[in-house]
Amino acid sequence: MQAHSDAMAISDVGGDSLSPLVGSSTTGSNSTARDWLMMLKPRVVLLVVFTGLAGLLVAPGHINPVLGFAAMLCIALGAGASGAINMWFDRDIDAVMKRTAKRPIPAGRIAPDDALGYGVFLAVASVIMMGLATNWFAAMLLTGSIFYYVVIYTMWLKRRTPQNIVIGGAAGAFPPLIGWAAVTGSLSVMPLILFGMIFMWTPPHFWSLSLWAHEDYKRAGVPMLPVVAGAKETRRQIMLYTIAMVPFTLLPWYLGYSGPVYGVSALLLGLWFLFDAWRVYTDKQDATGVSLTGDKPAKTCFKYSILYLFALFGAVYVDWAVR
Amino acid sequence: MTDFPPPLSREESLALGKRRRGRNIAMLIALLAVSALFYAISMVKMHAQIGGAG
Repeated sequence: MQAHSDAMAISDVGGDSLSPLVGSSTTGSNSTARDWLMMLKPRVVLLVVFTGLAGLLVAPGHINPVLGFAAMLCIALGAGASGAINMWFDRDIDAVMKRTAKRPIPAGRIAPDDALGYGVFLAVASVIMMGLATNWFAAMLLTGSIFYYVVIYTMWLKRRTPQNIVIGGAAGAFPPLIGWAAVTGSLSVMPLILFGMIFMWTPPHFWSLSLWAHEDYKRAGVPMLPVVAGAKETRRQIMLYTIAMVPFTLLPWYLGYSGPVYGVSALLLGLWFLFDAWRVYTDKQDATGVSLTGDKPAKTCFKYSILYLFALFGAVYVDWAVR
Repeated sequence: MTDFPPPLSREESLALGKRRRGRNIAMLIALLAVSALFYAISMVKMHAQIGGAG
């Protein structure tokens, strides 16, 4: 259960109907449109849309641009809704983590109940709109992705196991499947490979972050790998996952789903990732693996991992466009 | 007995009004965009059905 008091939940019921001259410290009145936008984790949504669009574009067949746009909007809204419900559920740990303490709920600008209602409404709306605009198989996958992120990752795994982001990483890997399904109404090998690419990318991406943010996670009681197994093991795992991921990203080329533009890009981008992971692994550290350089390589690796995923899926686009 | 919050100062009241106006405008834009999208989806679907029937 949530550790914090639900006092904030006595939110702004009717808060906005009060005269502006009557004082109101209710959270809803303190929120801005930007706060509601931030509840959707727009940076994550951007990545989700980018990868989802790859599935939609490379899928065989044709989708009307209006319906394609609607599908992408539904993927974005579904991801945003998951983010909002995640923020609602994690409001207690967000409040004690430096990185998340300024989010609208812990900062007291949006009431938890309002956030939950917002998230659930958007989740349901996105699934219904996906079903009506494209097909119900894509809507089912969207439902699965929301359920996976909210229930499997957020509510079940995140606070229980250091493998939270390994298993939970699947939630972020759904968009190419949904994009593909929106066009074809089915799945095949290529979208599953795209799914696998994001799935394998997630651990090195998150563990790079958790290496330098582990104090935050520790304080919040989240069993991220560096907190439970130590920094040394985390560095080793980042290296191992990156070694496994890079050859996997070459599969679309190897299996003939993509051309050389993608293949060469994936290879070069992957080699760079390996280099960054190696630098994390060999970072100057004490006996327990704690960095003596302020975790500079881990920060670089984290930043590069974001660029990497954009560039990798960008290569999927370019390759598709030139083929 | 109901506890009313303390009255706002003029600055606080103006800031509150500004935030509310921003939220209302955002809601208006979102509703218009969704209406336009549903209209466009309906047109595409109806066109596809007419095309399929013809």
